[in-house]
Amino acid sequence: MIKRLAIALAAMLMAFAAQAEVLRMAVTTSFHNSGLSDILLPAIAEDTAIEVQLLVVGTGQAIRLGEAGDVDAILVHSRKAEEAFVEGGFGTHRREIMYNDFVVIGPRVDPADLQSAGSVRDALTRIQDAKADFVSRGDDSGTHKKELSLWGAAGLDPKTFGGWYHEVGAGMGASLNTATGLGAYTLSDRASWLNFGNRDDMALLFAGDESLNNQYAYLPVNPERHPHVNAEGAGKLEAWLTGPRAKELIDGYTINGETLFVFNAKPR
Amino acid sequence: MNDILQGLVSAFWLVVTFDADLVEISLRSLQVSLSALVLASAIAIPLGTWLAIRRFRYRRATIALLNALMGLPPVVVGLIVYILLSRSGPFGVLGLLFTPTAMIIAQVIIITPLIASITHQAMRDLWADYHDLLISLNASKRDRIAALIMDGRRTLLTASLAGFGRAIGEVGAIMIVGGNIDNATRVLTTAIALETGKGDFALALALGFVLIALAIAVNVLIHVLSRTERAGRW
Repeated sequence: MIKRLAIALAAMLMAFAAQAEVLRMAVTTSFHNSGLSDILLPAIAEDTAIEVQLLVVGTGQAIRLGEAGDVDAILVHSRKAEEAFVEGGFGTHRREIMYNDFVVIGPRVDPADLQSAGSVRDALTRIQDAKADFVSRGDDSGTHKKELSLWGAAGLDPKTFGGWYHEVGAGMGASLNTATGLGAYTLSDRASWLNFGNRDDMALLFAGDESLNNQYAYLPVNPERHPHVNAEGAGKLEAWLTGPRAKELIDGYTINGETLFVFNAKPR
Repeated sequence: MNDILQGLVSAFWLVVTFDADLVEISLRSLQVSLSALVLASAIAIPLGTWLAIRRFRYRRATIALLNALMGLPPVVVGLIVYILLSRSGPFGVLGLLFTPTAMIIAQVIIITPLIASITHQAMRDLWADYHDLLISLNASKRDRIAALIMDGRRTLLTASLAGFGRAIGEVGAIMIVGGNIDNATRVLTTAIALETGKGDFALALALGFVLIALAIAVNVLIHVLSRTERAGRW
């Protein structure tokens, strides 16, 4: 009886282990929420026969997964953290793939009058002056780091802010939900906002400043550090992501008629 | 309120059209939680019974610990299992992280104390009734445990189903160790968390209703198969 159970159990575990060529890649929530991955993954499977398994996490966690060798590559958007990742010997190199942009979302009534702001610096100063509710990701993600650097560039320090500054410690979608509930401003990548379902009385209030550009980069995990990683697959995937088919799909991806991403990988 | 209605409507359509993704993640939810249930029961039921009949020095402390572990936070279990199974962790060579096996391991850890604790409570009462009889028959320890499990099977079923309920509705641990990978480790609860994050409340609720329906169906099925709660039998 016990022997039979053990055999059945072993068979079950074996069934889980049988897999095709698989590559695990940690990507940021903002990339996944854009819906672009649903277009790219089938095309990748078609052209390279690699099944890419996406782990959708914040940039902070994506980098941790890469450092631990639990994924084969990461696709994130936080330049400083990426460079530290390569310098630390965790990744072989950093390859820029594409960019999109960040936008400021807020309540339609716009208490801080962002619609007449001239720059992102001006927009953030207005929010601070009006002490209008602001939701921060607060999760060490690429978007969170971007938000902190924007406050810094405007000469402001979120640590000194009062109760109107809410650090929610959550992903982009959850933060947008919270901002909607509070009627608060928040910084979002354009893709997550366009795909967001629960908009209520929220609107896109500021966009277009060059410092709001959001560069995505691809970093394969260093096989010298983690010999088990699928470095060959990661190389194939990089070639595909920087190739003509990826360019066509990335540049051609739209939501409600709006282009989201601009392909800018340089051939080497 | 409107969201709930929409959720019910989308749940209805998902089920009626036999949506392929829904079927896949529902089956995976069942596969993971039922496997965890079988493994956890195999550990917890003998353990709980043994604790009820055996007297040893640290018995009270063990039982108190077991009861406390019933409230083990899944997200902490997930994190610990993640660290153990990570490529940089002690069991990294097995390559189990981000597979259904890792999810089963985490769930076994979460529900074993729950099942063992309920088993222990039930068996203690039953042991009080059976004590004199089994002792006078000079039954061995093994036979005593077997007799108690056999006669207490109704309560044990309840204990197991409580464990199953906790496993199938659990999201914190399997999100971390499974990674919510599409077509590989996505289950109902992690899909619900994902859709909520996207602000698609209707789909998230629809999946939630499917999950509740599934849990009810499994419970009813197990009761029917084991012929409990029927006239003349209990």
